[in-house]
Amino acid sequence: MALSREQMAMRVARELQDGYYVNLGIGIPTLVANYIPDGMEVMLQSENGLLGMGQFPTEDEVDADMINAGKQTVTAVTGASIFSSAESFAMIRGGHVDLTVLGAFEVDVAGNIASYMIPGKLIKGMGGAMDLVAGADNIIVLMTHASKHGESKLLTKCSLPLTGAGCIKKVLTDLAYLEIEDGKFHLKERAPGVSVEEIVEKTEGELVVPDHVPEMQF
Amino acid sequence: MSGFDKVVNSYEEAMAGLEDDMTVIAGGFGLCGIPEGCIAQIKKMGTKGLTVVSNNCGVDGFGLGILLEDKQVKKMVSSYVGENALFMKQLLEGELEVELTPQGTLAEKMRAGGAGIPAFYTATGYGTLVGEGKDVREFDGRNYILEESITGDFAIVKGWKADRYGNVIYRHTAQNFNPMAATAGKITVVEVEEIVEPGELDPTQIHTPGIYVDRLIQGTFEKRIEQRTVREA
Repeated sequence: MALSREQMAMRVARELQDGYYVNLGIGIPTLVANYIPDGMEVMLQSENGLLGMGQFPTEDEVDADMINAGKQTVTAVTGASIFSSAESFAMIRGGHVDLTVLGAFEVDVAGNIASYMIPGKLIKGMGGAMDLVAGADNIIVLMTHASKHGESKLLTKCSLPLTGAGCIKKVLTDLAYLEIEDGKFHLKERAPGVSVEEIVEKTEGELVVPDHVPEMQF
Repeated sequence: MSGFDKVVNSYEEAMAGLEDDMTVIAGGFGLCGIPEGCIAQIKKMGTKGLTVVSNNCGVDGFGLGILLEDKQVKKMVSSYVGENALFMKQLLEGELEVELTPQGTLAEKMRAGGAGIPAFYTATGYGTLVGEGKDVREFDGRNYILEESITGDFAIVKGWKADRYGNVIYRHTAQNFNPMAATAGKITVVEVEEIVEPGELDPTQIHTPGIYVDRLIQGTFEKRIEQRTVREA
């Protein structure tokens, strides 16, 4: 079975470490916040200028001046800090964020990522995504392995305009966890019940498959 | 107005001198911390051909979105413009130009502009459409593109409190692009919720020192929420 959105978030949450500063992109990455292991302290960075993002407010706590990068109302945790956009991107571009999790349309064997534009269709803008992929060292891309029509999103070469060049090393899809090294995808783990054959079939870019591919446990 | 007193009493006075084809830098992220009164005044003045530098372009009918209604904006420099149907329509019909700029690069362009730095190298956008045609230089084995800074004829800024000298404090995440915008205008107009006397704000807590501020006005704000998201109490 392909991973659910929640399972994808749970798997990524295993990459968290105590004391990490983490930026979670919009969409499935946001769900990672729900699976921070007990006893572990993690600060969430929201690129509009908040380090220490908390949960959504109750109706009484709603404050128009407290939003996250998705423009949703939020709260701040104890020990949070709030700052300008320049300060926020200084920490992102300066490599101070320990882990960045974001979605994508396509990733290729060279570590290129396309996530912000579909020419003629979607031209909303890159927001902070180009800064995040250029500035972070530890990035996990979260996406479905193939489109609804079965077309692979793990490619030899991205077909859409790039968000960043040569910056992606880790990809978690609904079928597998893969790493990118030496111009190839390397299969590291497979989703429970998903065969290596299915992953091979749905990976267009060159894929290295080891003799044993562990199954993810939930 | 005398000495360091920056207070003006009307938005007419606050935006006096704005002319067609000028560049306006606006603070705000989404609808959070936007200079609502200055935007309304620009709409009222009917100034056309504006280049507006702002992370977003409001929504249909609110924020910078209202300047699209009478086609006052020639060009937007923004990182994300996805919340606005009229914007998309004008863009696709060629009535509006957009320069999509990565959010961190946009913040840095304003910051550098205000700090007298004409350009800077950044890794953001290298190897993408954003980097096309820009100077590339390698530092320590990594490629960077040269980005030029931005200054505006006007900067319009939303603060929380300010003293009459224009020392400004922002509230929560309504800070966002406002402090950088404030530094980058030839004429910087700040609208705030409350104006106090000099000495009432703690000098160590000031976000924008008064030296950057030319005109200060007290406004009233709707503070519309774009995505009201709540949990059960």
